[in-house]
Amino acid sequence: MARTVWDSSVGKKTVMAVSGLVMLAYLVVHMLGNLKIFFGAGEFDHYAHWLRTIGEPFMHYEWTLWVVRVVLVAAVVAHAVSAYQLSRRDIKARPSKYVHKKPRTSYATRTMRWGGIILGLFIVWHILDLTTGTVHPGGFQSGHPYQNVIDTFSTWYGNAVYIVAMLALGLHVRHGFWSAAQTLGVGSRTRDRALKATANLLALVLTVGFISVPVGVMTGVVS
Amino acid sequence: MKLTLRVWRQKNADAEGAMSTYEVDGISKDMSFLEMLDTLNEELILKGEDPVAFDHDCREGICGACSLVINGDAHGPERTTTCQLHMRSFQDGDTIDVEPWRASAFPVVKDLVVDRSAFDRIIQAGGYITAPTGAAPEAHATPVPRPDADFAFEHAECIGCGACVAACPNGAAMLFTSAKINHLNVLPQGAPERESRVLDMVAQMDEEGFGGCTLTGECATACPKGIPLMSITGMNKEWLRATRKAGKK
Repeated sequence: MARTVWDSSVGKKTVMAVSGLVMLAYLVVHMLGNLKIFFGAGEFDHYAHWLRTIGEPFMHYEWTLWVVRVVLVAAVVAHAVSAYQLSRRDIKARPSKYVHKKPRTSYATRTMRWGGIILGLFIVWHILDLTTGTVHPGGFQSGHPYQNVIDTFSTWYGNAVYIVAMLALGLHVRHGFWSAAQTLGVGSRTRDRALKATANLLALVLTVGFISVPVGVMTGVVS
Repeated sequence: MKLTLRVWRQKNADAEGAMSTYEVDGISKDMSFLEMLDTLNEELILKGEDPVAFDHDCREGICGACSLVINGDAHGPERTTTCQLHMRSFQDGDTIDVEPWRASAFPVVKDLVVDRSAFDRIIQAGGYITAPTGAAPEAHATPVPRPDADFAFEHAECIGCGACVAACPNGAAMLFTSAKINHLNVLPQGAPERESRVLDMVAQMDEEGFGGCTLTGECATACPKGIPLMSITGMNKEWLRATRKAGKK
């Protein structure tokens, strides 16, 4: 059965839909957690520490976090590999373009592939910046995420990269969430308006929620 | 009406094609698009040139033979087939671009004619029902609920012209395949092959080299018969159901 799913274009889209929804669920929690930064260093750093102790004493320190990380990496890889293979297939299926070109489809739909590549690159930078601290501006202090976030958003490029990526995320979620519903066969005429509204709401709430943090640092609300 | 036509000319499947420009005069706005092309061809024949090859048959909008991408739209600016498109949709002095369906699964045979036999092979893979032949059965022998009948009819409207493939940026045949699957899978007559139909037809669709669906909605906008985009959602649902059932066996 796994073979049938992976070999079929419809099956590969199912993999994209499921992995996309896993990442989307994570992003909602991630965004809500980020908002704790507006309650000050103490609460934000305490929250970050708590993330490492979830499930204790059954789970060892950071085990739950690692389970989440493994699931997310699997989702990112599955999403990217199927996107790459499906895109290759799509481009091969339409080798010659029309001479008479027309602007087609919505901006969100047209930017799914480039948006996905931008998001993939962003994730690499984001982890190197705020998880490992490899490319972090200033001294990266493990266990002091509040200060680390302020350091990142005190640089012009930190803000620029982050805000561009979050706008790309909004567009990606806008088309992606609704498309996932169609791929999984849960869309219908009666539900279409609700699904589109949910997709737009998720896109808006995620983008605004994430961008509020760099804006908070820039305006001095978070310092 | 006087028009400038830029038409895709290609000698055969292996030849390089290019757009050629023609001027046509004396076009009535009541002519169909195909009649306008007939006028051009008559002039070309009189001049001893090779007429433009294009597909057509019933010219009543029901056979699905005519194609043509007109000014970047499959079947032109109106929601109908090319044969039912009339020159009143254009203005005197317009320049009109006429191109063949573009998809690697629909190779150009000559000029504006493409080979759509990939669709036939998708139908052969499962777009039929197993029924005893002979006299027509009594109409009420197999009751079909009204909503199911309406759903089946809506999808049965597909004439297999391939406009969905031509319009899709991925050259996908999802709307065509889903129309056929939804039409038969909802009916009791189609029930015995419900699972094998969707699995086999989707597999054949992939085999033919059509692209995948990215839900741009271009297909449903181009469809002269108004097959809805949700048809694809229905096919995905049937495919997932059939795959789960196959996995349990």
